[in-house]
Amino acid sequence: MLPSGKETSRRKGEQTTAGRAERGSHAGDGCSPCRVLVQGKALQGTPGEGLWLVAPAVRRLVFDPSRSRFPLLPLLAQPAQGERGCWSRQRRNHEEPSGSPPQNGRPRSQPGGSRCQMLALGRARARPGRLFPRSRRGAGSRPAPRSRSSARRPRQRKTLRPRAGPGLRRRVSMATPEAAAIGRKRKPAEGREGAGMAAVLPLLLLLAAAGPGRARRDALREELLLSPLPAGDVAATFQFRTRWDADLPRGAVSHYRLFPKALGRLVAALGVRELHLALTQGFWRTRAWGQPPLQAPAGAELWVWFQPTVTDVDKAWKELSNILSGIFCASLNFIDSTNTVTPTASFKPLGLANGTDHHLLRYAVLPREVVCTENLTPWKKLLPCGSKAGLAVLLKAERLFHSSYHSQAVHIRPICRDASCLAVSWELRQTLTVVFDTFSSGQGKKDWSLFKMFSRTLTDACPLASQSKVYVDISPKNKEKELLEVTPPPTSVHEAIVQGDERTYAVYDLLSPSLFNTSRSLNVQLKWKRPQDSSELPTPILHAQRYVSGYGLQTGEISTLIYNTHPYRAFPVILLETVPWYLRLYVHTLTIITKGKENKPSYIHYQPAQDRRRPHLLEMLIQLPANSVTKITIQFERALLKWTEYTPDPNHGFYISSSVLSALVPSVIAMKDVDVEQSPLFTSLFPSSDGSSYFMRLYTEPLLVNLPTPDFSMPYNVICLTCTVVAVCYGSFYNLLTRTFHVEEPSRGGLAKRLANIIRKFRGVPPL
Amino acid sequence: VTDVLTAVALYLAIQDFNKVVFKKQKLLIELDKYAPDVAELIQTPMEMHYIPLKVALFYLLNPYTVMSCVAKSTCAINNTVIAFFILATIKGSAFLSAVFLALATYQSLYPLTLFAPALLYLLQRQFIPIKLKSKSFWLYTMQYAALYLCSLVVIICLSFFLLNSWDFIPSVYGFILSVPDLTPNIGLFWYFFAEMFEHFSLFFVCVFQINVFFYTIPLAIKLKEHPVFFMFVQIAIISIFKSYPTVGDIALYMAFLPVWNHLYRFLRNIFILSCVLIVCSLLFPVLWHLWIYAGSANSNFYYAITLTFNIGQILLISDYFYAFLRREYYLAHGLHLTRQDGTEAMLVLK
Repeated sequence: MLPSGKETSRRKGEQTTAGRAERGSHAGDGCSPCRVLVQGKALQGTPGEGLWLVAPAVRRLVFDPSRSRFPLLPLLAQPAQGERGCWSRQRRNHEEPSGSPPQNGRPRSQPGGSRCQMLALGRARARPGRLFPRSRRGAGSRPAPRSRSSARRPRQRKTLRPRAGPGLRRRVSMATPEAAAIGRKRKPAEGREGAGMAAVLPLLLLLAAAGPGRARRDALREELLLSPLPAGDVAATFQFRTRWDADLPRGAVSHYRLFPKALGRLVAALGVRELHLALTQGFWRTRAWGQPPLQAPAGAELWVWFQPTVTDVDKAWKELSNILSGIFCASLNFIDSTNTVTPTASFKPLGLANGTDHHLLRYAVLPREVVCTENLTPWKKLLPCGSKAGLAVLLKAERLFHSSYHSQAVHIRPICRDASCLAVSWELRQTLTVVFDTFSSGQGKKDWSLFKMFSRTLTDACPLASQSKVYVDISPKNKEKELLEVTPPPTSVHEAIVQGDERTYAVYDLLSPSLFNTSRSLNVQLKWKRPQDSSELPTPILHAQRYVSGYGLQTGEISTLIYNTHPYRAFPVILLETVPWYLRLYVHTLTIITKGKENKPSYIHYQPAQDRRRPHLLEMLIQLPANSVTKITIQFERALLKWTEYTPDPNHGFYISSSVLSALVPSVIAMKDVDVEQSPLFTSLFPSSDGSSYFMRLYTEPLLVNLPTPDFSMPYNVICLTCTVVAVCYGSFYNLLTRTFHVEEPSRGGLAKRLANIIRKFRGVPPL
Repeated sequence: VTDVLTAVALYLAIQDFNKVVFKKQKLLIELDKYAPDVAELIQTPMEMHYIPLKVALFYLLNPYTVMSCVAKSTCAINNTVIAFFILATIKGSAFLSAVFLALATYQSLYPLTLFAPALLYLLQRQFIPIKLKSKSFWLYTMQYAALYLCSLVVIICLSFFLLNSWDFIPSVYGFILSVPDLTPNIGLFWYFFAEMFEHFSLFFVCVFQINVFFYTIPLAIKLKEHPVFFMFVQIAIISIFKSYPTVGDIALYMAFLPVWNHLYRFLRNIFILSCVLIVCSLLFPVLWHLWIYAGSANSNFYYAITLTFNIGQILLISDYFYAFLRREYYLAHGLHLTRQDGTEAMLVLK
């Protein structure tokens, strides 16, 4: 995963740590600093006095290497050239400003040994913050804002709910006496500076509480958007945004709070600037469901912008897809050069970017990928609260996959840290969209509730979240307001213009204490007051469909229909087609027809395929006139593959990935400039250039194409028969080449003839 | 247009070749090299007069030529270049022959093997004896090879300057040699490599490609007196065993068949073979349709037809080869061979 040099240095660091632990002056208590911390962390969870006894000691161990009672530590802290890896990181960890105490409850701040061991393990999933997220807070208590939570965390620990697993409690109780003993031992040793410490600690806490500007501003915002779709389904979109104020490419960052370490290290190690991964099951029916907040093509989609410093982009891409495949249990390792393209226009960086040199971009879609629980679980594990608290409680696999559409995505991008944009923060956006068919499962009624959909209800916000909201789309259709009612009454109502449409949202703020006052859980329900006449579905301004035509297994035609239903405005759209090499596109047959006339694209980028090496890439910028249908057709020929290149079910066909439509759709309603930081998350992934239009990315249906197949049972026969034919040629030519003509000489016959003649002689008959 | 050019070139070439053959015959008769009773084997000017026309018509009216012309195949261009190469060789122009051979090689690599018959013919024309010890033989071979290589290098460098990269060499010749494209055709390669086990595939690619080039040297030794027949056999072998054969290639060597009219009486199973070839040609589209469009047959049907077709071609060529050798033997030893006891003798290969 990482260069081996680092591995060895890490191993060295580990050894050094162990050695230090043995040689250290405190070796008498038989306890390496790492172990102290681990126990200290365990201790945090216990109610009682031990906590406050040990915590300062532990903090000093962590923060103050210069004053430490490990005489060897300063020596070792200046590592030899070869062993920088772990130690230098550790030092940086120590030298962090005092305003940002590594949360001593968070095992990520473990110094030395155990951290090194963790690094050496190299497991991407090593995110040992299990203990805390599993502890659930009481329903009534408010989570503190991020900057202050460090001071409050210990207190939160005390309010461990009895529901916390028995395993946890066992661990806690096991740790307690030992840790308390250490605390007692440590206390006299602390004596020298005990008084100073006592003074320093409150100061420290005060600093942490008062100076949010100096603290790390990692922040988690979670939100759930529930929107009834025109066709009677309900779409639920979860968005979790983790902000991380760290300069990744500059030096290795070792401190992970909310940002998942697996992804953080991946981004740092491979020079990733932006990463967008979506795993989708089903197809978002734009025509019936309206415009999606975030659509993804069926299967797996991955597109990545690399840093300009990355020299071998293809290698980094290969490595990245393999690692992601491990992280998400998806077959992303099947991404290779045959399905990777470098689009020139369709995919622009969504975050901060200096240049858009598209050679740093890689895009791949695996339309065959099946998404299921094994992909959801690692995705949930990336959340700071896991699926134990907050909105993620609703993510119950058996319900999520019993739906018409399921799409989970991870977007990592650099964003401005503040308005002045002098520093870079990293944003991890985890989104999950699911569409429930409530109409058919609810006996023809379109009413729904959280419990009906997810078979769970919300009980609290994620304690680490600075924002936790549920939005319900109650925008009136045809201006009749009293069509639907939501219970319980929302905390507030938010009006926004989303994708050129005025929307009204009922907002439930899970962080407001009033919400859980009346009942322990929140079960949002929506009831339609009278049956809605679903005769007329509003058609989205831009939608598209695609199909394959033709018969037989030799040639075919791909047709894409793009609809612009805007009444008076024309707008351009970028179409991206990626077609695997085994369909040979005939570019001269490309026709684009709008309203019976040929429509000449203003930009075409075509990269022909190479057999078994790269796919076709066709990008076009097409102007869509107002209120029109544009038909794009291109013919192709199907290739015969080697028998090992077919999928196990060859007659099922081969998938062609969705084509991508990117457009700035003119909005009917003028949009206000909104503060990106404050607006709901689902509005803010794509940049909006001005008020008059908004960005849309649509995906068409994936196609299924049959290829001619050889007979898979025949390899031996074919090899034998073909070789026979070659041998016939070889044999007859060999015969003619090596022999010459001779007059046949009368032979005396074979043995049989001679025997017969002997017998004939005896019988007195003339010989043969 | 190229087809007509090909036909004209072939016409002229064969006309010239006939003159040469006739002269040679006369010379040999005068020298009493032939056996006394072979008069009926000797070609007469009357018979030979129409042969060039027949060749041209055979090429132009061959359904295979028509098909490849309708399909706008580049094979016609390749055929033209080879026809010009034959013309230049028979006219005795070493330079032009080398240039056209280089062009043909540049296009599809396999005509490389035609170097040997061309060299033999030109040597014969210069009355240079083909002896490995003779100095003039080596000198002339060097000259011709240098001409050929120079023109090949010039062409390749030209395309390098056009493209500014060497990428075309692996994509053109690598494509021919490693057979990545398995689209069904009339050859043996596509289904064989579609069904091949991955780890044997390199081995078999090598074997099949060597097979094309393999026959050149033995044929050169055996047919060193008859380079034009050698050329015919070599073109036929290429068109059977090349990696992406087309019907246009078959049309080229079939155009030569009228030249060997005089072998007709020695062919053993020409009737069966022509039936096989005709039936296979008719079955190709039928089984293709059944497999690809109707879906009622599978690939094996079409594969079986390609096998039969290729066996037919192979047997046809080896039959002509057999007949040619046999006629040579008769010319040398007389038509009516008798055994020692005076009865009619049989000829056997030994």
